[in-house]
Amino acid sequence: MKTNLPILRFQPIDFQRLVKIGLWIMTMITLLVLFFIIIFVVSKGIRVVNSEFLFGLPERMGKEGGILPTIIGTIYLTVLAIIIATPLGVGSAIYLTEYTKENIFTKIIRFGADCLAGIPSIIFGLFGFILFVIKFGLGWSIISGGLTLAFMILPTIIRTSEEAIRAVPLSYREVSTALGGSKWQTISQVVLPNAVPGILTGVILSIGRCIAETACVIFTAGSSLRIPTSLFDSSRTMAVHFYILTREGISMERAYGTAVILIISIILVNFLAYWIMYRFIRRKGGHGG
Amino acid sequence: MAVKIRVENYSFYFGAKPVLKNINLAINAKEIFSIIGPAHSGKTTLLRSINRMNDGAENSRRQGLIYLDGRDIHTFEKDVLRRRVGMIFATPVSLPGTIFNNVAYGPKLKGIKSRGKLRELVEKSLRAAYLWDEVKDRLSDLALRLSGGQQQRLCIARALAVEPEVLMMDEPCSGLDPISMAKIETALRQLKNEYTIILVTNNTKQAARIADWIAFFLSGELIELGTPEMLFTKPKDKRTDDYIAGRIG
Repeated sequence: MKTNLPILRFQPIDFQRLVKIGLWIMTMITLLVLFFIIIFVVSKGIRVVNSEFLFGLPERMGKEGGILPTIIGTIYLTVLAIIIATPLGVGSAIYLTEYTKENIFTKIIRFGADCLAGIPSIIFGLFGFILFVIKFGLGWSIISGGLTLAFMILPTIIRTSEEAIRAVPLSYREVSTALGGSKWQTISQVVLPNAVPGILTGVILSIGRCIAETACVIFTAGSSLRIPTSLFDSSRTMAVHFYILTREGISMERAYGTAVILIISIILVNFLAYWIMYRFIRRKGGHGG
Repeated sequence: MAVKIRVENYSFYFGAKPVLKNINLAINAKEIFSIIGPAHSGKTTLLRSINRMNDGAENSRRQGLIYLDGRDIHTFEKDVLRRRVGMIFATPVSLPGTIFNNVAYGPKLKGIKSRGKLRELVEKSLRAAYLWDEVKDRLSDLALRLSGGQQQRLCIARALAVEPEVLMMDEPCSGLDPISMAKIETALRQLKNEYTIILVTNNTKQAARIADWIAFFLSGELIELGTPEMLFTKPKDKRTDDYIAGRIG
């Protein structure tokens, strides 16, 4: 039969167009949702954001005044968690990829890390509360919270670092060994520098999670509204502040104001990280990124 | 002529499969010793045995001995051995970073820190690899911006910078254009005055052009060893003749 049914017969080029439109729509939906959330939060909270809100002390449990202590608390906890988790995570990743052969032991470790990554943060919070706050007697403090957050993000850092290290071509290692480089020289001079962009990705993800975390922190760092002066002081993060302001109906407006700052800081961290990564790749001309 | 490397009754196995079968050969100092043969004939495995890159390869086993200057290579520390026996791979791999840092990488591993000494070594090595004139004004450019042929000469310079005695090259001209190849061959002829060169190549004509000795490998066996004249004009083994004439491989 030679009768053509042009409407029903899809040419590859038509199909290609259809797929392109479909993918475009999906991307737009994602972006729309994202923008909707941001616009929603900003429109509700932007009115209270001013220098007094940013740098002032809270009054009447946050109903009035600023959020400075929660900004400081967020920074302290995040920085502490990253400082603890990054060396541990990268170290474990180096050990797993470079110093062990693939066997049942490494498979168990990797499986364990994956399981750990899926555990709800409130469980980590409870664990941190029992271990650090009670057992070690550290109380509700930045140190307890930082340690707990570090454990929460550790699996992410291990797995992303592992992938980054694995992605460094074997030929780079061979060049270094053939030139008389020891294993550690090869790792520190060739493998790690080339894995930095990938490792950083994991660290950025983790920073975002730390900044946004509530359940984990509220059990371990407490919710004091004073400006912390030592690692053993209790502190409140922006996310916890938001939670308490809404949960206890203290001030919706100030809650959204806090959320605006929270979102802006996460965006800033991401920009900063990509900028660092971009500069790093340009300088090295590596494969990474 | 002093023997630089001697291979005695050397066999190498991956699992039960022999990749090298009872190899015996001697490589003279300051000559180009070329190894030819089709894929999977054990050429690369022999090179990687000489600088012990195959040590600890999974499920592998070796028999027999290899000597460098009369001393069993397994009595050297690996890094010491590898500084004396440099290796250049088939695909030029420049490390991410500048041209200068690529060449200075090996000396830095040795612990040379002086900027002046490094600069001197880098220039000397780049000159020896016939690359200096092309890159002297842009040593701080990224190495990856160089062409394939330039990158391979950079790899040669990088290997020379650790001041080895033996230079092993694993098909250094595969994938290069004839002009780049000619430049590398010119470099090799010069390098022969100071270094012992082991050149694995798929290109029999190249071996004929520059080698002092040629060893023909097939399926892990050393079939024939001789000067280019001997192998190309009156080979003793029919398989050598077939390979050179392009009937196998």
